[in-house]
Amino acid sequence: MTATEFSTRLEDPEEESVGTQGRGRRTTTTMLRLPFGLILSALVVLVVLAWAVLPSLFVTENPLLGDPDIRLSPPNAHHWFGTDHLGRDIFSRVVQGAGASLGTTAIAVLMSFVTGTFLGLVAGTAGRVVDTVLMRIVDVLQSVPSLLLSLAVVASLGSGPVNIAVAVAVASVPSFARLMRGEVLRWRNSLFIEAATMSGIRTPEILLRHVLPHAIGPVGALAAIEFGAAVLAISALSFLGFGTQPPDPEWGFLISEGRDYLASSWWMTVIPGLVIAGVVVSVNRIAHALQTERRPS
Amino acid sequence: MNPVVAMILRRLGFGVLVLWAAYTLAFLLLYALPGDSVAAVLGGDLSTATQQEIDEIRHQYGFDQPLIVQYLTSLGDAVRGNLGTSYTTGQPVTAAIGQALPVTIELAAWSLLIAVPGGILVALAAVGARNPWLRNLLSGLPSVGVSLPTFWVGLLLLQFFSFRLGLIPAIGARGFAGVILPALTLSLPLGAMIAQVLLRSLTHEWTRQFVTTYRAAGLSRVRLLLSHALPPAGVSLLSIAGVVLGNVLGGAVIVETVFTRNGIGRLAETSVTGQDMPVVLGVVMLSALVFVVVNLVVDLLYPILDPRTRPVQESRS
Repeated sequence: MTATEFSTRLEDPEEESVGTQGRGRRTTTTMLRLPFGLILSALVVLVVLAWAVLPSLFVTENPLLGDPDIRLSPPNAHHWFGTDHLGRDIFSRVVQGAGASLGTTAIAVLMSFVTGTFLGLVAGTAGRVVDTVLMRIVDVLQSVPSLLLSLAVVASLGSGPVNIAVAVAVASVPSFARLMRGEVLRWRNSLFIEAATMSGIRTPEILLRHVLPHAIGPVGALAAIEFGAAVLAISALSFLGFGTQPPDPEWGFLISEGRDYLASSWWMTVIPGLVIAGVVVSVNRIAHALQTERRPS
Repeated sequence: MNPVVAMILRRLGFGVLVLWAAYTLAFLLLYALPGDSVAAVLGGDLSTATQQEIDEIRHQYGFDQPLIVQYLTSLGDAVRGNLGTSYTTGQPVTAAIGQALPVTIELAAWSLLIAVPGGILVALAAVGARNPWLRNLLSGLPSVGVSLPTFWVGLLLLQFFSFRLGLIPAIGARGFAGVILPALTLSLPLGAMIAQVLLRSLTHEWTRQFVTTYRAAGLSRVRLLLSHALPPAGVSLLSIAGVVLGNVLGGAVIVETVFTRNGIGRLAETSVTGQDMPVVLGVVMLSALVFVVVNLVVDLLYPILDPRTRPVQESRS
């Protein structure tokens, strides 16, 4: 046993130095020429975030007030995304809806991030019985497809933006819990944790100050992936009518409004959908970059 | 005991345990929170009901009993195959599910028929294409496919094929014409997911030494892909079979709502709207059952396809 421990100790620093060297080289090249797709994705996310935070800077018309004379007009110089069945400017509604869509998504991801990470930390440290019970619950949550699980939560809590955020969060808690537990197990037996334990630092502090910083990279990448998935889930739940109440524009709801005008006014469904797809593709591209950056293969 | 039989028994026991836990969690979620189930039975309106009617309903559905009694009664009924009756229609939940199931199975069969070969083809082409530009494009496709909102894709197809081209009636089509657009919609996220997983393991196989050796020896790319890289990589698809089938049910909620098909997904959507808890619980249990059965089958298939995972006699080790 001592022999193996000794050999890992000998190998570790070498591996580490190779790793840092590789990472250093990687950073200089990525700084010089980031892939074009990644830059574009970052731009899309920044623009949409700006819409969400300061919609008043971008809206061209009142998103809730329609002009019946220009009902259902196709995209043109004044109304970039066209107008809807009440003559409201769709571009302004999409901008206004960014806050609702991304806000709900952010709440959902934050809730599942906090709960999942906490459960993973507890499962990884609190001993076998707690670990088994928590992980079996996670298994069971994963045996139901996430949209159905979210729907069951909506059935229980009722509809509304906060409730669908909770519903989506419940469905993505398992992946955070699993990842975090794996990270705890990965670092638990390493030398520096052993040293910290020997110096008498208590478990909560070790977790917070020594394990969590190591885990933050992978968990952050997962949060980005889950953000993309949550945008899709929230827009789907809103499309089904469980989200915001009209006339509040939310992206999924905007598309459901366009459902009745499929034959005549393609822009009512196509354009808000393109915005959702663009955001999710961009977020996933960034998440992918985060993941490969952490784990150079 | 024979190790194979022991493994099967252990897996079966575990599956039953998952089903029980799913039932318990779902029951707690749906019944423990103080929602007004009487209002759900009466269609959301309590104002016209007399106190006597309310009491009758509370008694009839057992709402006047403590939660633990309600749980044990309904669990006992569920074990015997009775999932209760719908609040809104009064129909037994099993009958409602039985009525909707064939519609969803038809949808699921067609979507899988498109998604599985499609996903595998895209993954193979993304690894095997000679042109690096084409390779990049193809390997980017799956991640775009999983990023598109399913309901939006459905509406686009409906708009293009039904309203623009007039090829397929928007509603009421029967047979193949009725199922092809929903199946295409549902197959996109499924196929993209299959392609993503297969692409990852194919890329891994493609960098292994034996592949390099064969390539150096002049074996054709197609031959190498199909007979040397695909079989080991294909086993990875088994591990996501349960998730894929689960996503068929999840995706059916959206696809069946967009295309107005009265399947399981539509049943789930209307029962959530009407807070019809027994039906919601029934659909959740159906999806858990699908997941458990698929994973059981997969666990039994692994040792057949991959000799390394065969159970070994305890005494030998």
